[in-house]
Amino acid sequence: MLRPRTVRLWGLLLALFAFGAAAAGDLPRVRSGIEYASGNIRSMQADDFANPGMLWVTRGEKLWNTPDGSSGKSCAGCHRDAASSMKGVATHYPLKDRGTGRLLNLEARINHCRETRQGAEPYRYETDELLGLTAYVAHQSRGMPLQVRVNDDNRMHYERGKAIYYRRQGQMNLACTHCHERNAGRRLLSETISEGHGNAYPIYRLEWQSAGSLQRRLRSCYFGVRAGLPEFGSEELLDLEFFLAQRAAGLKVETPGVRR
Amino acid sequence: MVARVQVPSGAARGEVIAVRIAIQHPMETGFRYDLRGNRVSKNVINNLVCRYNGTEIFRAEMGSGIAANPSLQFYTVAAESGELQFEWVDDRGVRGEERVQLTVRG
Repeated sequence: MLRPRTVRLWGLLLALFAFGAAAAGDLPRVRSGIEYASGNIRSMQADDFANPGMLWVTRGEKLWNTPDGSSGKSCAGCHRDAASSMKGVATHYPLKDRGTGRLLNLEARINHCRETRQGAEPYRYETDELLGLTAYVAHQSRGMPLQVRVNDDNRMHYERGKAIYYRRQGQMNLACTHCHERNAGRRLLSETISEGHGNAYPIYRLEWQSAGSLQRRLRSCYFGVRAGLPEFGSEELLDLEFFLAQRAAGLKVETPGVRR
Repeated sequence: MVARVQVPSGAARGEVIAVRIAIQHPMETGFRYDLRGNRVSKNVINNLVCRYNGTEIFRAEMGSGIAANPSLQFYTVAAESGELQFEWVDDRGVRGEERVQLTVRG
């Protein structure tokens, strides 16, 4: 049996250790959402055949090699083999595009390419086509760490995204931070709250019975706190995506992820 | 309809192999209502057939109880090199097809 004094000493040591651990790294370790998921979900994501998100990757691969638009070109017509040309690309998105001065996520980049290079109509958000191509491109970076960094070019988006992340909103009067930073790892009814990183998107979500983009997921969070929903592709969601991407820096791309 | 088929990259003659197929399909149950309150009509892949060099080796008759994007797995004996051909049809009459080559050694 431990005597009271020993217990106190141990408590002090533990406290010191905890303080040391917190002080050792500048930032707490970021954990991917898959670490909060159940064993079933994890094995579903790990098995490339059981993972239903791979259906969208397959669709994307077909579209990659299919000519479209007035140019009669396919993605592969310029970019050739995605396995080499698209490797690591997704780790830099959302990216501030020098030409247009706009912040582009992968979906917007694909549509930008369709309009300016292929002469084709842009795909609408959440269509199987856009999800497929996005998943196919992001899939080429699987296992590589996200590396979106803040610089003078994109600082404006970082600041705006950060403001949204810490802004209370909706009838619930909650900000992103209240669940995904202060209460990550705890339960919200039957769900374990994750840190809310976007490193596995587009994901296959069992609740949707479909693949979905990060913006769809963000909108469902807005809905959850009873806030007004920003439009797909709106500046607000893009800025928030940017803030999330730099926040998840170092996490490995998992696309296509599987979540409940 | 997008589908993925998985067979082993090679099999010995007489070996029991797993064959897997996943199809992207909403598998609409017929029990749901849309935002306007209208019933969404049932639309599931009701019949799926697999032929191995022309011989039917597997058939699935599915209903409302099967989840969206169904994934099926069955076993067969690798008798000879050849083609596995899958064909399926849903309640709206939309047909899908997928083929895969199987190589048998020995």
